[in-house]
Amino acid sequence: MNFMGYRRPDKTVGIRNHVLVLPTVNCANQVARAIAANVKGTVWVEHQHGCSQLGADAEQTVRAFVGHGIHPNVYGIVVVGLGCEVARAQDVAAEIKKQCPHKPVHTIIIQDEGGSYKSIQAGAVAAQHMIIEASMLKREPIDVSELILGTECGGSDACSGLSGNPSLGAASDILIDAGGTSILAETAELIGAEHIIAERAVNDAVKEKCYATIKAFEESAKQMGVDMRGSNPTPGNIEGGLSSIEEKSLGCVYKGGTRPLQAVIGWAEKVTNKGLVYMDTPGNDIEQLTGMVAGGCHICVFTTGRGTPTGSPIAPTIKVATNTGMFQRMNDNMDLNAGTIITGEETVQQVGKRIFAEMLEVASGKVTKAEVLGHNDFAIMRIGPTM
Amino acid sequence: MNKFKAIVMKAKDNVATVTEDVEAGSDVLINVDGETVSLHVTDRIAFGHKVAIKNIAKDEKIVKYGEVIGMATTDIAAGQHTHVHNIVGCRGRGDLVSK
Repeated sequence: MNFMGYRRPDKTVGIRNHVLVLPTVNCANQVARAIAANVKGTVWVEHQHGCSQLGADAEQTVRAFVGHGIHPNVYGIVVVGLGCEVARAQDVAAEIKKQCPHKPVHTIIIQDEGGSYKSIQAGAVAAQHMIIEASMLKREPIDVSELILGTECGGSDACSGLSGNPSLGAASDILIDAGGTSILAETAELIGAEHIIAERAVNDAVKEKCYATIKAFEESAKQMGVDMRGSNPTPGNIEGGLSSIEEKSLGCVYKGGTRPLQAVIGWAEKVTNKGLVYMDTPGNDIEQLTGMVAGGCHICVFTTGRGTPTGSPIAPTIKVATNTGMFQRMNDNMDLNAGTIITGEETVQQVGKRIFAEMLEVASGKVTKAEVLGHNDFAIMRIGPTM
Repeated sequence: MNKFKAIVMKAKDNVATVTEDVEAGSDVLINVDGETVSLHVTDRIAFGHKVAIKNIAKDEKIVKYGEVIGMATTDIAAGQHTHVHNIVGCRGRGDLVSK
């Protein structure tokens, strides 16, 4: 089973051919935005971090930057720094170049360039070259076993666990059976459902890591001294009928399908296994998405009941509505409808096949609504204090 | 279209999720493990919300997907709306941690 993708010189596979403009510190956001605004066809991100960070917290921020830079959906990258930050642009660029020697990487440091206008000009010229080079590449048939899917649910309602997530799980199983890879994440939303995923682990070490990861997250939440309910499930989840974190989790875990759990990895860590992998991320949609994409997910399938517009700048994000009412109400944002399971028009397996078919279309170049809308959602998960 | 207005995920569940708005006083058909059962609903239940399909005693566990999703804070009769006003979660309860 094939899709049409880009084979990179290092044999990795991309399903998009983006030129990314990435600031390594929030002080460089405006220059990065201006570079992208002046070079049609580029994508860019902005964020709040990259400085005043310590130890493992700083390390994982850099990991997210590098993960986006080496991502095979990215043809080339302009890395923009200020010059005095913790996450130095030249270090991020060097690490990307080390891991992907073939990839065009250009570094702009605002203090060295002599201010914003000079930085914008230099960055725009570099990006323009990359856009023209990227446009000459051709797609070729690639076996589906090379595809990495990121599964996500956000703005959940009571239908998420009945329609959207079980059918996404069915699509995930189809991909894994074809030799591909699927990521389950959102540790907050595995609380109360940990046994369902952990008991499918391929060995005791993975099983124990799975339980320990979820327990550590729950303990850290409990340190706030309040009931999780009200933050997760959110007020919107509760309005949609979800009554507790356990209920939400039990619906969420279905999107991981039914295949064995191969590995547990940290936020933004590179996915190296085939089959089902669990990435430890928050339930926060955008921090989760950013972590999975940094880990190498090519494509995200995102189920939603309340309706949410989120999309990654570099990994196409397919929106699946869990109910027909929202699919019609927020059709600007929704690519597929799983609400047909609720009304009895389709089965979970039928919708799962439909999701999988759409994944192959999108992997081959069909654009998602979030891409057309220009989404470039990107958020860094913090684990340390701001200095 | 579906003749059932509520979904019961597993046979041991004591709640069902309604798939359209259900008015108080109506009788709805539910499918419990392949058997069609009529349930008299006593509260108005909004789309996506849960209704008790068995009498549930205070402190008894609420079961959906065949798994525990919380605990009753009061007696709940079959047909009543089952949500945050009469059940609590058992996990992530930082409010119960002794200071």
